[in-house]
Amino acid sequence: MKGFDVTVKDVSRAYGSFKALDDVSIEIHKGEFFSLLGPSGCGKTTLLRIIAGFDSPDVGTVLLDGKDILPLPPDRRQVNTVFQNYALFPHLSVYENVAFPLRLKKIQPTKLDTKVREYLHLVQLDAHIDKKPSMLSGGQKQRVAIARALINEPNVLLLDEPLSALDAKLRQNLLVELDHLHDQIGITFIYVTHDQSEALSVSDRIAVMNQGKVLQVGTPYEIYESPATDFVARFIGETNLFPATVLSCNPYKEEYIVSLDIPELGTSIMVTDYDPLQVGQKVSFTIRPEKIKITTDEPRRVGKDINLFSGIVEEPIYSGFQSKYYVSLSNGTVLKIIQQHNNYMDDGPDIAWKDNVFVSWSAEDGYIVEVVDS
Amino acid sequence: MTTDVEKPPQRNGNHIKHKLIPSKLVSPPSGPQGPYRLPKNQHFRDHRRFGFSNIMLVLVILFLFAPLFVVITYSFNAAKGMRWTGLSLEWYKKLFFDSNELWRAFGNSIMIAFSSALVATMLGSLAAIGIKWYRFKARAYIQIASFLPMVLPEVIIGISMLIFFSAIKVQLGMFTIFAAHTTFNIPFVFLLVSARLDEFDFSIIEAARDLGATERQALFKVVIPSIMPGIVTSMLMSVTMSLEDFVITFFVSGPGSTTLPLYVYSMIRYGVSPVINSLSLVLILGIMILALTLRRFLKTIAASS
Repeated sequence: MKGFDVTVKDVSRAYGSFKALDDVSIEIHKGEFFSLLGPSGCGKTTLLRIIAGFDSPDVGTVLLDGKDILPLPPDRRQVNTVFQNYALFPHLSVYENVAFPLRLKKIQPTKLDTKVREYLHLVQLDAHIDKKPSMLSGGQKQRVAIARALINEPNVLLLDEPLSALDAKLRQNLLVELDHLHDQIGITFIYVTHDQSEALSVSDRIAVMNQGKVLQVGTPYEIYESPATDFVARFIGETNLFPATVLSCNPYKEEYIVSLDIPELGTSIMVTDYDPLQVGQKVSFTIRPEKIKITTDEPRRVGKDINLFSGIVEEPIYSGFQSKYYVSLSNGTVLKIIQQHNNYMDDGPDIAWKDNVFVSWSAEDGYIVEVVDS
Repeated sequence: MTTDVEKPPQRNGNHIKHKLIPSKLVSPPSGPQGPYRLPKNQHFRDHRRFGFSNIMLVLVILFLFAPLFVVITYSFNAAKGMRWTGLSLEWYKKLFFDSNELWRAFGNSIMIAFSSALVATMLGSLAAIGIKWYRFKARAYIQIASFLPMVLPEVIIGISMLIFFSAIKVQLGMFTIFAAHTTFNIPFVFLLVSARLDEFDFSIIEAARDLGATERQALFKVVIPSIMPGIVTSMLMSVTMSLEDFVITFFVSGPGSTTLPLYVYSMIRYGVSPVINSLSLVLILGIMILALTLRRFLKTIAASS
């Protein structure tokens, strides 16, 4: 693995009374594709700017490969940034934009030329070498910015919402290209985004942030499948989330089976959990929409670990590869359910508006998450 | 698209599997002439020859240029007065071969115009960049104060400069004119360059720093080149304003530092000489040629940024 590891230790940064970063500590490993994910204003960009050197923390340290980089100005740090709005030099051609860092270093002209062409080839811009940035499309501009940031051979590449100004399709393509680039070059990528699907699809690990705090650090799988807090559950993907009280907690297989009282569902449900819980403890219960099964016939009950409700389809939303249903239960609570269409017309009965349906999920598919007041 | 695998009809027969239609049959028909365009001029209203807007156009052009036409016509008059006596190039002969004083004044004007414009452009541009780049307390006040010379009447500026120069005991002459012109040009440069900087994306400074440029390198390799069109424009403005200034120059000039406007003024005091008419035409032609060349030059700058 090339690249450097980045250690952020106890970093806080306030603007007046607004705490942009509140005692943040993150360890980013060598060569990792690491994402900082959170809603706008959560402090992710501030953290990136601190690593890049455009901002400095009130307290805390930032180590790059074990060395404190906070005293260094941005031009002396071995990190480079890809900016959200591209930040290309408008008066220079594509070639000169990419050559800029090398010209500053006064690199021999023939060497410079080979290298610039190599990096322009890497981002597939060979055909646009002499164009001015104003003549490029958004995607091409961002490619120039990426080539320009990489040509210095930084040990860490910082990407500040690099795709947010592009349209959805292009975003997907560039995202895959970024992932390929990361595999090719092997340096550490720190990727700031508010788009959870972007973060989930390419990151090795993700830090979910909100209100200046890191709520959870983990692989995309961990973040999605076992969110640590109710905010993470709500922010990553879609979910059904309810406040709940623990009624009982008993050992079950290698875990615990917990009975939860959920006032919004009007009854108690069963859910498994890795850790024992106190009876009477207030928690949140979450179940992902795609983990709920929706049927017109009452499913055969298998054991007590199946939670079953009946309801009426309020809103069926067909979107080709899947359908989403809003099902209202007898007490008015609405559940979101997503059904994937894996086979042509073979996905069970068609469910229409106002149909009576049964919804069910296994105790193992629900999660208990910590409640954090926010 | 493989839709060939036929499945048995679905229950109730409600769902019929459609064969996919080749996309070119579906796309809207487009004729050989390509997409539909409005016929030429259809989006304008009909133009009548004596419509309101045409009449206004002619009137405004007359209003603007009639005085110039009078001057140009009389520059070819043989007699000195307003009576037309015949065609002659006498005043041009006088202008080119018998007006040493006038040409000296013209030389002074050019010297002052370019030197003061150069200095004003440098100072004004740096001021604009500095005020945009750094955040400091006096920022807003400096910005407001810098517009003062623009709104104050020229006479007041002229008088205050005269008082100032005599207070610090500087002899009036070329230098004081140069200093005065530089002073009143700085706010215009500041304004023009600031406007250019307003649309300037300051994250490119961060990008430059990020890519290894020091603060000074970022200034000279990124900021100044990308606002160059604004800087050139403000320099040209300054040259023009300096060339044509009369009031302020009148107060701060001394012996031997007569500029062209001052000289022309002194000429009229002894009766309007038709030489001024011929000078007018020469100036008009000169400025037109200059403007056309500069326009081409500015276009190439604009195209390259």
